[in-house]
Amino acid sequence: MNRHKNVESIVQFIFLILGLVTIASVLMITVYLIIAGIPAIREIGLIDFLFGKEWASTAAEPKYGILPFILTSIYGTAGAMVIGVPIGFMTAVFTAKVAPPRVRMIIEEAVSLLAGIPSVVYGLVGMLILVPGLRELFDIPDGASLLAAIIVLAIMTLPSIINVSITALEAVPKEYEEASLALGATETETFFRVSVPAAKSGIAAAVVLGVGRAIGEAMAVMMVSGNAPNMPDSLFQSVRFLTTAVASEMSYSSGLQRQALFSIALVLFLFIMLINALLNFLMKRDKE
Amino acid sequence: MKKSIAIIAAAVLAMGALTACGSQAEETTAAATEAATTAEAAETEAAEETEAETEAAAEELSGAVATDGSTSMESVIGILGESFMQLHPDVTFTYNPTGSGSGITAVQEGRCDIGLSSRALKDEEAASGLKGETVALDGIAIIVNNENPVADLSLEQIAQIYTGEITNWSEVGGNDEEIVLIGREAGSGTRDGFESITGTEDLCQYRQELTSTGDVITTVSQNPAAIGYASLASVSDDTKTLTVDGVEPTEDTVRDGSYKIQRPFVLVTKDGEALSAQAQAFYDYAMSSDVADLIAQAGAVAIH
Repeated sequence: MNRHKNVESIVQFIFLILGLVTIASVLMITVYLIIAGIPAIREIGLIDFLFGKEWASTAAEPKYGILPFILTSIYGTAGAMVIGVPIGFMTAVFTAKVAPPRVRMIIEEAVSLLAGIPSVVYGLVGMLILVPGLRELFDIPDGASLLAAIIVLAIMTLPSIINVSITALEAVPKEYEEASLALGATETETFFRVSVPAAKSGIAAAVVLGVGRAIGEAMAVMMVSGNAPNMPDSLFQSVRFLTTAVASEMSYSSGLQRQALFSIALVLFLFIMLINALLNFLMKRDKE
Repeated sequence: MKKSIAIIAAAVLAMGALTACGSQAEETTAAATEAATTAEAAETEAAEETEAETEAAAEELSGAVATDGSTSMESVIGILGESFMQLHPDVTFTYNPTGSGSGITAVQEGRCDIGLSSRALKDEEAASGLKGETVALDGIAIIVNNENPVADLSLEQIAQIYTGEITNWSEVGGNDEEIVLIGREAGSGTRDGFESITGTEDLCQYRQELTSTGDVITTVSQNPAAIGYASLASVSDDTKTLTVDGVEPTEDTVRDGSYKIQRPFVLVTKDGEALSAQAQAFYDYAMSSDVADLIAQAGAVAIH
């Protein structure tokens, strides 16, 4: 008996340690980002840093304004949602409610395959097919643009939106739908008037998850967005995202430039924390 | 039960070891040459320190040679370092890719044996007691799409194109297309070299800033209106290499100086101060004619 108890407490202790590894990693990253990110912001000035419109980190008189990156990340993510959410949402409704089992199986396979494709492959395909395609389609000098990034991000966020939406739709009690059908509503009416409203916070969570995926993506957008630190004032503008701003200059950076890159990472981190908080809020509401 | 505990304990230990290795590798920076060495990072660091204190101690070559500087010189210095270590197995060669400016400062402050600079020393740097000797030359090729009819540009035209004064290919005898400027990211040695030679520092109106030579070549090969720059050794048939002021970029034209878009790779040392035996041996090795093939292999033009 006593021996059992000992083993029990040892195992519990080990699990506790393993659990702490996760927490310690999060804490370490957070603390490190704050420590590494603050000095440059203090040196540049918070307002100049966040709202400066020019980024020229290696110029003789360097400028460290990241407003173009912030706006690009927001526009890019919003654009990806404008394209991705309707497609993902409709696919989820169709898959969860309408599709015959065989079709459903195919869609689900395709979605999980889409989720498994590495982002560098998205980037490569975007670079070799999408970018030249956009150039010819719109007759612009170069296709590497905000629009190309939006399209790639929209496709990349589809799996998260579809999967989470399907789960939410499936959780809607059968009785609701049956009652609606019994009252004489058509199937389509039932899906959109009964199932979807009942699953709405789950679907909202799906969208937020998609936003999180889109705003944190670096590799794929780096290959299709052109990477020039311009203000995103047109869909065809060559732009740089928060993520790619860090990734593209980190390897050769030094001094204040490097510190400023950490500051950008900190800003990105705050964005993602915000999105996570929103996601937690929605999930919690969903449970209640 | 006991077994699983043992496994978990082993996993935790292994993780600890992994993180420890990770941080060490970071400290010594991601240098290609280092990855190639069999010596452990810790050993290198220790060796570096002792080496800094005791100069020219060993009869047979051992200890460390620390280089610091230009990121553009990575492939050249990497290949020289590797072959030097093969000749002298006891010597540990390190390369810290920090940039020409930092490399020169590192020599001044005695933090490394040999500084690497991908530009000639400025007058004030030379006056501060430093000595620079060119080890190789680097040519930067200007590339356009294979469909582009333009075959030659003057250095001035290239500068005008990159600063946005010339925006259409028809202004330089090409098709009526808007010129798409492809360049490298801030901090890249090739970008730094190109901009300083053409006098376009901080003025380039890039449409795309890409993070590798390969990306630049791919992008230029895909867009008929694109122009880009890449290290001479990397260009291939995928793109068309322009002549500059009528001179085709080749090893010979770079060496005799007739091809303009080139820069020297310079080894920087303190003037009048003796290097450690192993550092001096490396210096002599790098400047000897034996390494011409290696330098060519690394994509630069040997001059000795």
